[in-house]
Amino acid sequence: MSELKVKTMEAFMAEGKQPEILFWVGSAGSFDDRAKKISRAFVKLLNKANVDFAVLGTEESCTGDVAKRAGNEFLFQMQAMMNIEVLNGYEIKRIVTCDPHSFNTIKNEYPELGGNYEILHHTQYLKELMDAGRLQIEGETFKGKRITFHDPCYLGRANSVFEAPREALAKTNANLVEMKRHKRTALCCGAGGAQMFKEPEKGDMDINVMRTQDALETNPDIIATGCPYCNTMMTDGIKAHEKEDKVTVLDVAELLANS
Amino acid sequence: MEYLPNVLFAIVLIAGIGYFAKNVGRLRRNINLGKDVDVSDNRKERWKNMARIALGQSKMVVRPVAGLLHIIVYVGFIIINIEVLEIIIDGLLGTHRVFAPLGAVYDFLIGSFEILAFLVIVSVVAFWVRRNIIKLRRFLKPEMRGWPKKDGNLILYIELVLMVLFLTMNAADYQLQQLGAEHYTKAGAFPVSQFIAQLMEGMSISSLIVLERAAWWMHIVGILFFLNYLYFSKHLHILLAFPNTFYGRVTPKGKFKNLEAVTAEVKLMLDPNADPFAAPAEDTAEPDKFGVSDVRDLNWVQLLNAYTCTECGRCTDECPANQTGKKLSPRKIMMDTRDRLEEVGKNMDQNKGEFKDDGKQLLDDYITREELWACTTCNACVEACPVSIDPLSIIMDMRQYLVMEQSAAPTELNNMMSNIENNGAPWPYNQMDRLNWVNE
Repeated sequence: MSELKVKTMEAFMAEGKQPEILFWVGSAGSFDDRAKKISRAFVKLLNKANVDFAVLGTEESCTGDVAKRAGNEFLFQMQAMMNIEVLNGYEIKRIVTCDPHSFNTIKNEYPELGGNYEILHHTQYLKELMDAGRLQIEGETFKGKRITFHDPCYLGRANSVFEAPREALAKTNANLVEMKRHKRTALCCGAGGAQMFKEPEKGDMDINVMRTQDALETNPDIIATGCPYCNTMMTDGIKAHEKEDKVTVLDVAELLANS
Repeated sequence: MEYLPNVLFAIVLIAGIGYFAKNVGRLRRNINLGKDVDVSDNRKERWKNMARIALGQSKMVVRPVAGLLHIIVYVGFIIINIEVLEIIIDGLLGTHRVFAPLGAVYDFLIGSFEILAFLVIVSVVAFWVRRNIIKLRRFLKPEMRGWPKKDGNLILYIELVLMVLFLTMNAADYQLQQLGAEHYTKAGAFPVSQFIAQLMEGMSISSLIVLERAAWWMHIVGILFFLNYLYFSKHLHILLAFPNTFYGRVTPKGKFKNLEAVTAEVKLMLDPNADPFAAPAEDTAEPDKFGVSDVRDLNWVQLLNAYTCTECGRCTDECPANQTGKKLSPRKIMMDTRDRLEEVGKNMDQNKGEFKDDGKQLLDDYITREELWACTTCNACVEACPVSIDPLSIIMDMRQYLVMEQSAAPTELNNMMSNIENNGAPWPYNQMDRLNWVNE
């Protein structure tokens, strides 16, 4: 695998420079085996487009989003204020993240606590790079493949970002097909609200299995996601439906990085 | 004796409006039991929301069949009520069809009321069929058993009876006009009731007058009854949808409010200059209770939400937890909140305006923990609501109480949270390893 060029904010500081953007990796992107691949794919694209970006590295900490949704406002604000102190210390202006949950909380809940930044979801930023001609996609690998995009709740319904991921996906020249429930009426993957970290309550089905069913009805080759948690849930859903030989689950960044 | 009907009418009118006013007072008092919340922002957008969502019914038509039927009943209800104005003036002054001199305009008005009344009857029958014959999933959920189901049908019956009375009144009037009866001057167009009038062929003038008067009185008394039924029914939405869409959310759905009481404490903890042993300032108020365990911990917009809910169940229908058989139903959250608020209100009425502890609360006695923990915070319920109700905010506030006041989170979540506390990630990985993914 080719070397990834990743520089920390600390290194930028030492050189007395400011990066174009800060890549907020998030806890999943840093530690979850599947999500790490998404982080790597995104960095590959950033390197390809020669983006001067930084990461916080060991100075980054959980945004606190999941604690807040679990009801622990205290822990959330502790995390938020510690992160804000670091971000403000480095005078960060522009942040990009692959995690819609980090995106949402930094965009909507950090400002009142003193953290004011422009934050973009990685699909928005990738589209920006492609529109500016900085990032070229050949669009051969997935040409004509059937791809369906699963809207993450915290990107779509929560923040009305529907088009950026679709427009970014269009650059792969794939055949984009929509699930019956999409955009505002997209069904949750089942991971939000801290469900990712607990067993579901008693019921007659798991939410991710139901959502994967929605996706499978479009007869896709690939299910595209824009969230590390959705990715895990949909991947598990595919296994539950015993379709892992036929359908793969990939992040928009991974699709573009391999196009 | 000549003025007896006028006096009687005035008494009925005053009693009807008076009792309604009394219940509106109760409603206001109960809603104001909620905590204060600042809704003075974004006035322009709020007016727009009210115009678009409540007046314009924009969210109703997301489901086209129910949406179209609802718009007919809604438009019918508003327009036909212009006729009530004439009825009230006639009743008080002893006149008959006081607006008749409007001539062609009057004909047009009465004609359009009749057509709308007919369409309302058709829609109400369709609604009844949907509720009772087709058995749509969302009308059969456990929280709809008993009174809520009855309430839904009663509203349809009342609307049907009111429309039939209106048309009967017009039919008899039309027949009397044809016969040239005294007082019944030719006025109005009767595109629908002229067919009903054919059934009255051969009736004497005196029996027709009895029929016309009876229908006229029952119609207006029925309307006053319906007005007073609202407070006890889910049908209150016809009034509260307007303020509710005005005070509804104007920020992105993903933005959950930050607790200010917590901010103050966290700031103090993170401030290296703060004296940890300092005595609290003299004017320090009682520490706030974190989160919500009973209705008076909610804010007044959340309580207004509860009274506005008309139990249509679109929220529950869209809820991923509910669809997969979990106990959570966002509609039940709203119904429970209203029921408990009513209970608290009655308690206060019986105890001279003071709430006497009844050993009950919203948490556990109405809403179970299992329901609260099943939520994925996906906002599907908020998106689905045609009148801008936010069930998710109540769920979140109650989770806060469970976690911050009772330390009663599910074990797995406690593990997740201690991981964040210890190493800044929801998993037990060292923060120093946060950049290892680059070289893997």
